[in-house]
Amino acid sequence: MTYQWDFHVVGQYLDLFVWGVVYTVLYTLGSIVIGVALGALVCAARLSSWMAFRGTARLFQELFRCTPLLVQLLWVYYALPLLLGTSIDNRAAALLTLSCYVGAFYAEIFRSGIVSIDRGQREAALALGMSRGQSMRRIVLPQAIKRMLPSFINQSVIQFKNTSLISVISVADLAYMASVVNGQTYRPLESYTVMALFYIAMLLPLTQAADYVEKRLRASD
Amino acid sequence: MNDTTREAPILEAVGIRKSFGPLEVLKGIDLTLARGEVVALIGPSGSGKSTFIRCLNMLETPTDGLIRFREKPIGKEFRDRADTIGIGTLRRHVGMVFQHFNLFPHMTALQNVVEGPITVAKKPRAEAEAHARDLLGRVGLSEKCDTYPAHLSGGQKQRVAIARALAMEPEVLLLDEVTSALDPELVGEVLNVIRSLGEAGMTMAIVTHEMAFAADVAHRVLFFDQGVVAEQGTPDEIIAHPRSDRLRGFLARFHQ
Repeated sequence: MTYQWDFHVVGQYLDLFVWGVVYTVLYTLGSIVIGVALGALVCAARLSSWMAFRGTARLFQELFRCTPLLVQLLWVYYALPLLLGTSIDNRAAALLTLSCYVGAFYAEIFRSGIVSIDRGQREAALALGMSRGQSMRRIVLPQAIKRMLPSFINQSVIQFKNTSLISVISVADLAYMASVVNGQTYRPLESYTVMALFYIAMLLPLTQAADYVEKRLRASD
Repeated sequence: MNDTTREAPILEAVGIRKSFGPLEVLKGIDLTLARGEVVALIGPSGSGKSTFIRCLNMLETPTDGLIRFREKPIGKEFRDRADTIGIGTLRRHVGMVFQHFNLFPHMTALQNVVEGPITVAKKPRAEAEAHARDLLGRVGLSEKCDTYPAHLSGGQKQRVAIARALAMEPEVLLLDEVTSALDPELVGEVLNVIRSLGEAGMTMAIVTHEMAFAADVAHRVLFFDQGVVAEQGTPDEIIAHPRSDRLRGFLARFHQ
């Protein structure tokens, strides 16, 4: 079986791919920024002495960690509007869902990083007269962040790839654009190969950077 | 030997009880520390002496009883009293040194020592650093200022930890088994630092298993057994002439 590759046809739609890349990067970065804020909040609630906070945070985490992202996207875009009685913009639904999803995972990364720091560190800080906030900021967090970094980068790389799922609710990311190009050219092999190459070109430097950071951190211990 | 006891006490514990779940670890402990006094707390492991010393700076919250610093009560239940002082204030003036050093690993020796003065006491950095260098010099670590804890020996770590506590210019120093995690040959260097602090008039409560050291530096020795102070007195009374069988049995283990 010989297939006649023809990237020329697909190449005519290069601007669509570029727009797709822009959207993918924007949704990834946007959801990471919101996800970090959300994750920090949920993590703080998990570590709170108030049971109501801990319970709510736990519920949020399990809800978003124990359902597939695809299911969440479909539910938020198609089901939630029926409950709210108003439609939700697909881009808003995509950003909201991506952020909650990654936020739930970030919260767990933050929490396990913080609790992994020896109790004596906090005690030594408190014994000097520091407040709980000071001991967290000055002593526990600087050590915990170093420990969280590899998992955080890893989760963010996964998030980059997960962003492709928003194409199912017609957000014009890279995956969506590839299917548009395929629809125009009837060239699935070329369309989807180009898409895959774009992903590799963006993610390969990130995974290399993650490996480098991990090695550096291990060396500095 | 100890003519300071008639002064107003600096730190007092009254009827301290502490339970962890159903287990009562402290069953009503009283202690009065006068300025310049050195008290050694001895006893078998699990007798409650470490828990008690951690109650003195409220790292453990007593289930019952009262801590007074400069004759002022501490704790949430006294919040509405005009003369109460906060836990933060207590800890600023009562330093602690831990069994496992608990140095901040992301900071150099010097940064460890200036952390309290800068963050808590809001001292200017230059002043805090000058004081810290002086303190590190006093514990014999002038040349280790820029070294991270990971590159220090256990004895050096503990001396940095002592300098860190001293940097807050505490009125009382609590020492919780500070030589128990050290290799035997490193114990001496740490004990020497503590001995010189005692000679300089530092008020200290010392939990220790070093009986000869306790006899040497302490004005008073408390023998903890099963959550109570079973016997107390001068080192001569407690360590040289123990009365109870429990204390005799405990001390016998140190004279192999």
